[in-house]
Amino acid sequence: MFQYEFMINAFAAAGMVAVVSGIVGYFLVMRGQTFAGHALSHIGFAGATGAGLIGLAPLWGLVGFTLAAGIVMGLLSERINNRDVAIGVVLALSLGFGLLFLHYYTSFATQATALLFGNVLAVDHAMIATLAALGVVTLVALAAIMRPLIFASLQSELAEAKGVSLRFISTAFLAIVALAVAACAQIVGVLMVFTLMVGPAAAAQRVATGLWAGLVLAAALALGEAWLGIVIAYHTDWPVSFCIAVLSALCYFAALAMPRARLAHAH
Amino acid sequence: MSVIELDRATLQIGGRAVLKDITFAIEPGEFIGVLGPNGAGKTTLMRSILGLLPPSAGRLAVFGRAPRCGDASIGYLPQLRTVLPDLRVRGLDYIASSMHGERWGLPSLSAVNRATIEATLDAVGARDLANRALSDMSGGERQRLLLAQALIGDPKLLLLDEPLISLDARHQEVVIDVIKTVCRERKITVLFSAHELNQLLGAIDRVLYLGNGQAELGRVDDVVTAPVLSRLYGTEIEVLRAGGHIFVLSRGRDVERADHMHDHGHDHGHAH
Repeated sequence: MFQYEFMINAFAAAGMVAVVSGIVGYFLVMRGQTFAGHALSHIGFAGATGAGLIGLAPLWGLVGFTLAAGIVMGLLSERINNRDVAIGVVLALSLGFGLLFLHYYTSFATQATALLFGNVLAVDHAMIATLAALGVVTLVALAAIMRPLIFASLQSELAEAKGVSLRFISTAFLAIVALAVAACAQIVGVLMVFTLMVGPAAAAQRVATGLWAGLVLAAALALGEAWLGIVIAYHTDWPVSFCIAVLSALCYFAALAMPRARLAHAH
Repeated sequence: MSVIELDRATLQIGGRAVLKDITFAIEPGEFIGVLGPNGAGKTTLMRSILGLLPPSAGRLAVFGRAPRCGDASIGYLPQLRTVLPDLRVRGLDYIASSMHGERWGLPSLSAVNRATIEATLDAVGARDLANRALSDMSGGERQRLLLAQALIGDPKLLLLDEPLISLDARHQEVVIDVIKTVCRERKITVLFSAHELNQLLGAIDRVLYLGNGQAELGRVDDVVTAPVLSRLYGTEIEVLRAGGHIFVLSRGRDVERADHMHDHGHDHGHAH
């Protein structure tokens, strides 16, 4: 398996992206913004196809669109908070634009499947370097705002009273999510970003009670699912994204089924 | 010096005057019950005291000066939100997130802070909540946890926004009792907003009734009367006293109870 360079590349790229996705996803789940993450990836699809149309690398179209959309969603967060319908409409509109761009740039159509469902086996060295840079920027930014982010996520009113700018935190966080989504879409595709960003994080949050334990578990689950997914795909010839999606779903439902250790209390 | 002083203050949200031309003063150590219909300005008043909403006219002074965000001498218990069912955050981590939560960087919990949290949980009889997940706690347990959090840093003023909401009668009594005991001991001034007056009768020194843009602060017997409440509710109100209870009725309906039901059917996130 490791005699092939594309396999080594796949493990490296998927590993980095999985760790970043698991950690960022943990906060996405904590804030109840998973749908916003999903929408960002779809908006990225329009960006990627649009970039292809004007001759730019799809990744930069993806990053540009998700980042811009993340910042706008953060700035509007007070107005679009929990407005699933508004987010859903924009999501569908973005896919529509993606389709339009593909329509006018037909030679790009072969890449459409890769964009939508990922193609980790085609990752090259340049892409690995880009993903590593994206990952580092994402994690450093997240580390910088992590303390007020947790405070604002768990207790927004109190955080506001203590002088935390909810709007800044919300905007900065969605910008961070946008970068993670762009990286994640390179591995599992824009349609399946949930598998690495939400599945492992949600499973970790149900199992672990401590913050650091939860973060480590989310990253470890995402990494395990990504790598094991590649191994399974190698031996079965099934698509990698499918294998990762199955593992992600299995982990989440296993976590759901785990009995909770409830203490019997009088109140 | 009064703890809270409003002098002809007007509080506006989005161009609408929620409270208009309000004057009153709250003295140190007082336990004030804040009542009034939904939207009367209970939460708005608390947000102003926290420095989040400066008065558009008049003067508001807290501890003799204009309120500022992040004042450690004010403890705040916001209205309870629904907790995400999958969020398994321990009580200890939940409170820890609020300690210097406004600073940048990674979260950390020093031994001193941990000891402070545990001591405060002890004070409200909730030590065991430190290691339990928030999603597994009952409404009463969560309120205790939040109360403990509000008491950290030895505040001199406590703003409690609807701490009784979604609690049954027995737990309401327990929560009131804990707050009363701790605040008497520590000489903390308390603003306690609620939907129903009766549970609070044994605990409060004075009542602050809000409604119709106005406010009335005074002893229960002076404020909870038909003429005053009719003015605050903007409709004909009857006040009946029976067996140590007070019933506030509008055309034969209990307005407090009706309010309460109404609130449960709607979004809690709205500013009151």
